[in-house]
Amino acid sequence: MKENREGIKGWLNPTRYGANRFAYWLQRLTGLGLLAYFIAHIVETSNIVYGKSAWEKMLAFTQTTEGHIILMVVIGMCAFHAANGVRLYIAEHGKGVGRPGRPEYPYRPTSLGLGMRACIWVSVALAALAMMYGAYVLFGEA
Amino acid sequence: MKRVRIRVFRYNPAHDSSARYDEFEVEAERWTTVLDALLYIKAHRDHSIALRYSCRMASCGSCGMMINGIPRLACYTKVYELESDVITCRPLANFPIIRDLAADFGAFFAKHKSMKPYIINDSVDSIDGKEFIQKPEEVDKYLQFSYCIKCGLCYAACPTVATDKRFPGPQALAQMYRYLIDSRDAATDERLKVVDDRHGVWRCHFAGSCSMVCPKGVDPALGIQLLRAYLLGMNRGSKVVAELYSNKK
Repeated sequence: MKENREGIKGWLNPTRYGANRFAYWLQRLTGLGLLAYFIAHIVETSNIVYGKSAWEKMLAFTQTTEGHIILMVVIGMCAFHAANGVRLYIAEHGKGVGRPGRPEYPYRPTSLGLGMRACIWVSVALAALAMMYGAYVLFGEA
Repeated sequence: MKRVRIRVFRYNPAHDSSARYDEFEVEAERWTTVLDALLYIKAHRDHSIALRYSCRMASCGSCGMMINGIPRLACYTKVYELESDVITCRPLANFPIIRDLAADFGAFFAKHKSMKPYIINDSVDSIDGKEFIQKPEEVDKYLQFSYCIKCGLCYAACPTVATDKRFPGPQALAQMYRYLIDSRDAATDERLKVVDDRHGVWRCHFAGSCSMVCPKGVDPALGIQLLRAYLLGMNRGSKVVAELYSNKK
């Protein structure tokens, strides 16, 4: 029988199942982004073993427009991942997901209610604000 | 009335090396469901299409399939509500294909059975003439989850099931909570051992897709979060095992 498992490609489309699935997709994406940044950061700081000039060359890149944009994206990823992570932590403690009841048509799942959706959009807004503040600081220096 | 094009997934593992889509044009009224359209095609155009269905009223959970990329019951989905002139029907994702639109539920039911979906209580052996007394608020704790019709839509929508074969899936985990929180059940520790595993309840990332697609309002994501909360000790005091009450005079 053909297996028919969606696999990782099942994660890729964030538009099919509403706000929670979008938050799930963004949490994964920002997690992978932060992991990539962490590895790049280790590589970057390890440049010091090649001497002062190599270190300063790498440091100079962070002062360019491209470097600033990368740092802005990292700030945004950090803010969303942290804020949405707190939401997930609260949810898995059974808070903010509602209580079981007697479902009536049209069914509206309480676990995906206004509270959870609001937390997702607040996380997105926090990330946007953090990026704007990052841009103000980084580009303000230039 | 409007004409729509139905694309039907065709694949017979016994004969076909790859899958294909067959296309059929049908006329749909405002009340025509996708199942009506498929049965019309089966009756008048191509009787060889394999699909599973029974009650035609969203009670049996047999006709689940991917309709325009989302798991839905074909009998519960009207052609008009899809707002598309092309409707693509595929077998449920994450289920092995038997043939065409018919999927194999073997692994799905095995996971359901592994949750011990029945009341475990030694007192039941001596139930003669007695009954458990439950307050309405105790019934409300599990009633919603007992409406599950095992249609598999949540299992097809879950991104964790898509990548982890050992993950029980939203249906099974919600059923675990249903029996765990039932005051007639006395096997709390035994049940928690089954799901307290890195491929168990902790694997859920609360994508919420299961609750989005559930046709019965079961909200499996809620059950899973409450199950985790129970494991974390958040609502343990809320369950007191019921005692048998004799109504014999």
